[in-house]
Amino acid sequence: MKEHSLIVVGGGPAGLAAAFSAYQEGVKDILIIERDDKLGGILNQCIHNGFGLHRFKEELTGPEYAYRYEQLVKNTDIKVLLNSMVINISENREMTVLSRDEGLLSLKGKAIVLAMGCRERTRGAISIPGDRVAGIFTAGTAQRYMNISGYSVGKNVVILGSGDIGLIMARRMTLEGSKVLAVVELCPYSNGLNRNIVQCLNDFDIPLYLKHTITDIKADERHCRVKEVTIAKVDDNNQPIKGSEIHIACDTVLLSVGLIPENELSKKAGVDLDKKTKGPIVDDTLQTSIEGIFACGNVLQVHDLVDNVSQEAQKAGKNAARYIKEGKRKIDRTVKLEFNDNISYICPQIINVTDSTDDIDVFFRVKKPIENCFIEIKSSTARRIKKIKLIPSEMEKITIKKDEIITSPSLSISVEAIQDD
Amino acid sequence: MIKELICINCPRGCQVKIDTDTKEVTGNYCKRGEEYAITEITCPKRTLTTSMRVEDEDTLISVRTDKPLPKELLFKAMEIINKTVIKKPVKMNQILIENILDSGVNIISTKEMK
Repeated sequence: MKEHSLIVVGGGPAGLAAAFSAYQEGVKDILIIERDDKLGGILNQCIHNGFGLHRFKEELTGPEYAYRYEQLVKNTDIKVLLNSMVINISENREMTVLSRDEGLLSLKGKAIVLAMGCRERTRGAISIPGDRVAGIFTAGTAQRYMNISGYSVGKNVVILGSGDIGLIMARRMTLEGSKVLAVVELCPYSNGLNRNIVQCLNDFDIPLYLKHTITDIKADERHCRVKEVTIAKVDDNNQPIKGSEIHIACDTVLLSVGLIPENELSKKAGVDLDKKTKGPIVDDTLQTSIEGIFACGNVLQVHDLVDNVSQEAQKAGKNAARYIKEGKRKIDRTVKLEFNDNISYICPQIINVTDSTDDIDVFFRVKKPIENCFIEIKSSTARRIKKIKLIPSEMEKITIKKDEIITSPSLSISVEAIQDD
Repeated sequence: MIKELICINCPRGCQVKIDTDTKEVTGNYCKRGEEYAITEITCPKRTLTTSMRVEDEDTLISVRTDKPLPKELLFKAMEIINKTVIKKPVKMNQILIENILDSGVNIISTKEMK
């Protein structure tokens, strides 16, 4: 069994940033394992712009953002194993890898960073009734076919889900000559950024149907391809309203209905997962429930911006390096972060207080849009931060101050609407 | 007349208001919002990103405009880009189509291909 100081599982934005950050901290024996034939992960197919405004202070496309990190990693001794898939990790940080060039490998890491990313929810996950035929794609699959392989995905398209991927694909398909007939969204609001509503839908007069869903998909006569989609308005319990159906003739349906962190390996290793984020439960160093195994990027929690992924991964890499050099931290006590009903999750979930505890950044999302509200951080004191609007599609960041952590036995975060008098 | 716009320069998406007569802009968080609003009511522009065919290569290369292109030229530019096949090797941000449609805008690669 070959041992490395640090093994990073996944060579996307999270894996690259984690490896580079650990390298900068003085760990030299680092291996990145990537199952694709190139580094960069999902960024390779995200050819649109809008990446890197925080990280690089300029607007880049996905491939350009990936390229910057690849160049950083290239100029180091970090080893990269492409076309290789980790198929098992044990809790003592041993792993089995299937590699196209090297065959079956047994490796061990003094520390491991999990950076496997996420995958798309499919038709099955949301149980859309109707015929099972060709022409139904997840938005990301269609994106890869179009942008990398150069296939035309379809001519007349209905998109379910108005998150950023759905919006970006609406524009992309329109530019390539397809007709996007409708973007259908279950929520009363879009889950995408305002800028994408403007430049992806409004620019091309693509209609957005809020509070609607797909209730049926019909096949053509030969039962080969999508022929018609039925959409209907939904009530406040998301149930389709009878009589509100609209039939749309089309040949393609794209699904942009959410992402799920890909944690099969984490489960095999015995890492505890958070039911809500579907990612590992981590402490303030992004260490999972298993010593020496860290997690970052979309495998930990689904992010909106790659810039935040890089930042989180940098932290995971730095802490993994510290673990490799110094071993286990001496923990004084563990504080579980509590949160109220308006918040859907919080990450990291726990804080391990040590003698070197400093300010800690915490990320969370609200369950539904709340206007004119405040975030309250309750420790031995209470601190409020006013907010004009919080929405589920934008991850919120707050910094818990060192004093708040070390002086208080418990910590809780809550979001409340400001009551008008 | 006051026109309401959403700035598309960054994920923040400021709701800006512009007086179409005086060109006075409010509601923007940074200077780019002001520039955006003025351009948007005079000559709206967009960065175009797409991909292009490469000779002897079964995957495409991603490309973009090196600056925003007038909105009405987007589809015409797509037509030209989709007709073009380029030769390897391609360096990062190499100019692949110069001065597309006499707009002063170049199409550049956003990827390397050796």
